[in-house]
Amino acid sequence: MKRVVITGQGAINALGHSATATQRAMAEGKCGIGPLELRDVERLSIRIGGQVQGFVAEDHFNRQQIALYDRFTQFALLAAKEAIAQSGLTFSGDLSAETGVVLGTAGGGVNTWDENYRTVYEDGKNRVHPFVVPKLMNNAAASHISMEYNLKGPSFTVATACSSSNHAMGQAFQLIRSGMSRAMVTGGTEAMLCFGGIKAWEGLRVMSKDACRPFSANRNGMVQGEGAAIFVFEEYEHAKARGAEILAEVVGFAMTSDASDIVMPSKQGAARAISGAMKDAGLNPEDVQYINAHGTGTAANDKTECAAVADVFGTHADNLMISSTKSMHGHLIGGTGAVELLACILALREGVVAPTVGYQEADPECALDVVPNEARDAKVDVVLSNAFAFGGLNAVLALRAM
Amino acid sequence: MSNEVQDKVIEIIAEQAVLDVSDVTPESSLDDLGIDSLGLVESIFAIEEAFDIQVPFNANDPSESDFDISSVAAIIKAVEGLVAEQKQ
Repeated sequence: MKRVVITGQGAINALGHSATATQRAMAEGKCGIGPLELRDVERLSIRIGGQVQGFVAEDHFNRQQIALYDRFTQFALLAAKEAIAQSGLTFSGDLSAETGVVLGTAGGGVNTWDENYRTVYEDGKNRVHPFVVPKLMNNAAASHISMEYNLKGPSFTVATACSSSNHAMGQAFQLIRSGMSRAMVTGGTEAMLCFGGIKAWEGLRVMSKDACRPFSANRNGMVQGEGAAIFVFEEYEHAKARGAEILAEVVGFAMTSDASDIVMPSKQGAARAISGAMKDAGLNPEDVQYINAHGTGTAANDKTECAAVADVFGTHADNLMISSTKSMHGHLIGGTGAVELLACILALREGVVAPTVGYQEADPECALDVVPNEARDAKVDVVLSNAFAFGGLNAVLALRAM
Repeated sequence: MSNEVQDKVIEIIAEQAVLDVSDVTPESSLDDLGIDSLGLVESIFAIEEAFDIQVPFNANDPSESDFDISSVAAIIKAVEGLVAEQKQ
């Protein structure tokens, strides 16, 4: 089996327009959640979110590109540009033929659906722009990255709701580990903050109207975010031979299905994914210092996740840190695991554990060290990143410092 | 009317080809102007919007469509016909 390392990272989300800016904001415990600015916001009962601010598509793309790029594709292309530039890789010949793009997204071009439904239903028009389908399809972002960088290997998009990014990065990891590819571009992207995208979530009544407070006894729901994070995964010997800067090693991955309920999480399903990732990586519980939690801020997720961690880690659960950065960037749904991997890399490279901000009251059902409100300096060698999706689909990654 | 249609069609095609209006002559073909299949369907959409007409164009087999796209002049003529027919 080949070893897999990360040699490039890129991002755009409510915390910043680059991976570096995002990690700085995480280290400062900055909250990127605020009032939503979007059409018909006054008809929404949920009016906060982790929106990308100060982003003007025309600054990055020409008119023809914008005609084809939904916001989720724009985010993915910007993050990919940063990640691939950092990796220093260029793609031609055999490397181009092997390297693909595996991205996670839950909704794809939600803004495009929303705008064009308005056109035909609200405005009563009988004609839509010819690029609606290529713009909204879930694989558009992966395809545009492949075209931009000449990536001709295995490329596809994974849609497993809130686990999409972790499932996607897990596939990229396995493609390299098995020897099929020496490099993969992977991560996730989501742009669901539009009227229809939020209205749909309102229906479930799991959204907070004021803040995302994971693990806090007074938590009252999740807050949506948007954005993308993209990484370059590379076979270790290939990266070493060319002297690439290695950000972290991906050492394990596991996925499980609860097979029980379409929305309620299961402790057993989560625990099997966590212990599966450790087994895959050859890790013992004591080896893990930090877990980037799924930590949505809902009553159900947070207590179930803490119970699963307690089950898997036993007494070591009290020694490890577990934080949810969704408190800062919101829940990016299909893109969330990718942005959260930045917190994992921050911990491994810089020894800075991102906090759970907005934490106010201890909850006996979440009695773990959730790194409340302020980042912490700590030597971290091994981290896990949890993702537990609606539909009971769980995906956990394990990373190690290099 | 005729000049109005001609000017508008040329403006749409020029925008799609990222050219000046003066560089788009009636004799030009879409190939000459560098307009590919996606550019063509986008131009037809813009023509439909501008003139509030339905253009009978099938991208699966453009030659079978009842809409001549062999040159800019042919497109103008076809649009004039559709405007006359559909605005009655």
